Amino acid sequence: MDSTRKEWLLNALIAVALFVVPLWALMANEPFIITLATRIAILAIAAVGLNIALGLGGMVSFGHALYLGLGGYVAGIAAHHAFNGTPIFAGIPGTNQMLIIWAIAMVLSGALAAVVGALSLRTSGIFFIMITLAFAQMGFFFTLSWPAYGGEDGLPIFVRNQFPGMNTARPWDLFLIAYGVLIFSLAVFALLRAARFGAALMAIRQNPDRAAAIGISPFGIKLVGFILSGMITGLAGAMMADLTRFVSPAMMAWTMSGELIVIIILGGVGRLFGPVVGAALLVGFEVFFGGLTEHWKLWLGLVLLGVVLFARGGLIGLIAGRAQHG
Amino acid sequence: MADPVLELRGLSKSFGALKATDNVSLTLMPGEIHALIGPNGAGKTTLMGQISGKIVPDAGEVWLSGQNITAFSVAQRAKLGLGRSFQVSSLIPEYSAQRNVMLALQAQQGHSYRFIKPVMRDSGLRDAARAILARVGLDARASVESAVLSHGERRLLEIAVALALKPKCFLLDEPMAGLGAEGTARLVSFLHSLKEEAPILLVEHDMDAVFRLADRISVLVYGRIIATGSVADIRGNAEVRAVYLGEESPA
Repeated sequence: MDSTRKEWLLNALIAVALFVVPLWALMANEPFIITLATRIAILAIAAVGLNIALGLGGMVSFGHALYLGLGGYVAGIAAHHAFNGTPIFAGIPGTNQMLIIWAIAMVLSGALAAVVGALSLRTSGIFFIMITLAFAQMGFFFTLSWPAYGGEDGLPIFVRNQFPGMNTARPWDLFLIAYGVLIFSLAVFALLRAARFGAALMAIRQNPDRAAAIGISPFGIKLVGFILSGMITGLAGAMMADLTRFVSPAMMAWTMSGELIVIIILGGVGRLFGPVVGAALLVGFEVFFGGLTEHWKLWLGLVLLGVVLFARGGLIGLIAGRAQHG
Repeated sequence: MADPVLELRGLSKSFGALKATDNVSLTLMPGEIHALIGPNGAGKTTLMGQISGKIVPDAGEVWLSGQNITAFSVAQRAKLGLGRSFQVSSLIPEYSAQRNVMLALQAQQGHSYRFIKPVMRDSGLRDAARAILARVGLDARASVESAVLSHGERRLLEIAVALALKPKCFLLDEPMAGLGAEGTARLVSFLHSLKEEAPILLVEHDMDAVFRLADRISVLVYGRIIATGSVADIRGNAEVRAVYLGEESPA
């Protein structure tokens, strides 16, 4: 069996498993497992976003928590005002509708990514990493010192935002929403990767000089990729805030940016289902080893080391072999 | 007389005290192969860099079919029809030969901001890429990753990519390097047919190939063009023989 078909089969298997396990938990009345699966799905969406920039475009953004946090605060602030019945500003009311919140989170994240990208994509390598980190740290300290929305204490969401036709207070309903958005974001990633845009973006990652020499301007393509990347991660942020019913500056912390990168490296950089596998591993480690020892991150670190040394394509690469671009 | 396709007017470039390019003027006429030769360190690479847009000249202008492109970026020049093949083979390593050519076709059409339709189902791109690969004799290797291709095959793929860009002129930077006798012979006859499509500015070390191919030759020494002329002119030029061909000038 060639590696492309192997990878599709593996992907299908992962998608089914991520659905069947919480379904079993629903039957067995284990809401905690359902919530874990929801967390995996939402983290995976955030990482799918980063995978566009990092995996396809080779842009090592060490500041994607900025968009995650921005999406989170959009959900938190909208819910806060809807709950209190106060306008956000200039008479604009809050809302508790997820679809509206998602749209706003994506537009704002895209706009912010456009600014950060325009300023940072002139550089590459370590400079790009540091500039993206610096922007995320600015966001972190801004939220930390913004008393109107909780400052360092964060902002609780007392009643989870609503989705048409669903009861978001029920774990299973929330899981279905997250799973649906995950499949949707994976489809977007797959389409982008296969389209002309993806062909250009991946070519620029491998050889920017070459791309320019045949008339593809690297800056524009990378900027658009970076914006799309930020939008999807921002969407995940809004969902994450609703899952935990809480948003705080910690969502923008540099460790969060690092976690997103770790997820992608564990799963497989640029691989379609890499973020899903990576998120499942991270959450799994946190739950199972976190219950045994405070130092579970040490064991995660060892696994990460193993992947970097012996399985450069992540777990997906380990099982399905090298990526084929045709 | 026809207008030149590519014209350099008084290009100069210094790095500190070193004059890498010193007031170079040169024309590339329709249908010709104009070879640029010169000993190592003569400034050929710097000059090619200024033509392709990678290096900004201190003075002088670059014109492409009647348009001043001196201030244009590498990508803009490529879109206008400046087809470049690199001295150091630099394809997209993880892409197959076919995808490398498809990418060039996509760039040539100017449509890279397409987000939905998969390229591999784009039969227009695929068939055109196959046809070009067949022209350079690489069709049997179309699905092989370019990183895995042999050195000679990669050279041919470079030419295929340049062809896909349907350029107004070709800049070929040492296309024969490392090819071996048979490969060189094949490429020489191919370039002969290629010049009908668009004129070629050829930088090449293989003197045999240059003398067989070139309609005109310019000799670059220490950043300056010391002679331009036909093969016979250059062969007979005493100064060229002295500085470049390494022969004692006849006493």
